[in-house]
Amino acid sequence: MRKDQYILGIETSCDETAASIVKNGHEIISNVVASQIESHKRFGGVVPEVASRHHVEQITIVIEEALKQADMTPQDLDAVAVTEGPGLVGALLIGINAAKAFAFANGLPLVGVHHIAGHIYANALVQKMEFPLLALVVSGGHTELVLMKEDGQFELIGETRDDAAGEAYDKVARVLNLPYPGGPHIDKLANESDEALQFPRAWLEEGSYDFSFSGLKSAVINYQHNAEQRGEEINPNHLAAGFQQSVVEVLTTKTIRAAREFKVKQVIAAGGVAANKGLRNSLEEAFTKENIHFYVPPIKLCTDNAAMIAAAGNSKYSAGHLSDMSMNGRPGLELNSWN
Amino acid sequence: MIWLGIDTSNTPLAIAIVKDEQVLASFQSSMKITHSIGTMPAIEELMEKANIKPNEIEAIAVAKGPGSYTGVRIGVTIGKTLAWTLKVPIYSVSSLHVLAENAPYFQGVVCSIMDARRSNVFAGIYANGEVVKEAHISLVDLLTTLDNMEQQVLFVGMDVSIHWEQIKEVLGDKVQRANAAFDLPNAAVLIEMAKKMEPSEVHTVVPEYLRITEAEANWMKEQKKNGN
Ligand SMILES: [Zn+2]
Repeated sequence: MRKDQYILGIETSCDETAASIVKNGHEIISNVVASQIESHKRFGGVVPEVASRHHVEQITIVIEEALKQADMTPQDLDAVAVTEGPGLVGALLIGINAAKAFAFANGLPLVGVHHIAGHIYANALVQKMEFPLLALVVSGGHTELVLMKEDGQFELIGETRDDAAGEAYDKVARVLNLPYPGGPHIDKLANESDEALQFPRAWLEEGSYDFSFSGLKSAVINYQHNAEQRGEEINPNHLAAGFQQSVVEVLTTKTIRAAREFKVKQVIAAGGVAANKGLRNSLEEAFTKENIHFYVPPIKLCTDNAAMIAAAGNSKYSAGHLSDMSMNGRPGLELNSWN
Repeated sequence: MIWLGIDTSNTPLAIAIVKDEQVLASFQSSMKITHSIGTMPAIEELMEKANIKPNEIEAIAVAKGPGSYTGVRIGVTIGKTLAWTLKVPIYSVSSLHVLAENAPYFQGVVCSIMDARRSNVFAGIYANGEVVKEAHISLVDLLTTLDNMEQQVLFVGMDVSIHWEQIKEVLGDKVQRANAAFDLPNAAVLIEMAKKMEPSEVHTVVPEYLRITEAEANWMKEQKKNGN
């Protein structure tokens, strides 16, 4: 019988300080997240220097809590996995240096994990991943379609050419004077709305799986400004619904087309925006019709967490890809295969 | 007792391993190597040279800043993570004071500085082994303060050279600068200072930035304006 494998995951790429222990790549033993959202709210967005300062305050507390909840000691672990990039560089460095010091002190192997690989492997924590697999990763920093033919193999088939979907949500939310983070508020307004304004869809060239949301964002902002100048009241629900419909339709259509083309067995949505109800419903409905297995992990595994980093780290560690003490934070890290 | 000392608060990297009264190994560098890349390998290498295993470390001393925000954070993060997981006490010492302690036998005022851009410096003023002031301050104000103390002043630190002309102009023959050998932090000195201190609760160890972030400063200004 194969020995059980326990990975400690650490994630500090943005505004969550997180640590988690995962068994055999799929079973969460502990999962601790210290969110900084309350602190960044007053600035209307994540301030990198403030984020880095909070990470230093939280990092050892969060790792200790992950071990305590798991009732484990460092000697029970097989490896330490940490987000190597992409993300805010100052924030990444806290998790990375804590992971290096922890691994060194306890004689444990170290694995650097790509943040998006983490989001995709969040799926492994709720069900068995089946390949070929298509992942739609949508968050404040990402809008990507990733094809996985095998475990540990990644092919980026589409990505945003300008704003990430979550970024567009936040900017439109600001125009509507909604509190940060704006995504959930827009989702709520849109779902309560009985009517939707019409905004353009950015399909790009025929056959492209890339995305673009800056045109849509500008169209929405201009609409609001023009209405303001004419002294007209606009219904924020209608505006939110129109914006969300455009985003959701493009994401759903391109995801479906890619799923068909690559004949995938499983489609998953990952990242903070995957928690969006409008998007979730649209994808679920479309894939039910297509008879393709579609899944969205529960919200706390969609938003940034360390269990997903441990899960991806488990696969990478099993494939023998280790990092050393000179690992650096890499804000522009590319998603490379490890198998 | 075996000590590990770490200072990454500015461009220089300083690491030392001290056993009781003996400096087993010490490393100093002023090369521009990102601390995030260089610090852990340097610790690993120095411990190998001193023939010390991680679980033999019994205390950790770390320079807590001020300095480069990212630099300070790396040393503090490594120091507190090691101290926490090895279950050993941690001592955090002012990075300015560590520099000044390079000149313990100087009769007069010792002033350590780090450049903080826009004609500002992080400066520490020490006299008779006491801390007179540690602050983020304009160079002009610092020099006025030192001038008024009417004592001999010794400047220490790599960044002294950036401002030396102006320093000499104001303080004239009251001022000297340390030679290059004393311009880098020395982690063995850091450890000797830590030995005289009380340890800190490990989770609460954070950098001493001596400055709030710009975003927070603006936010506070905004709050005041709105009468909050
Ligand atoms: Zn993320």
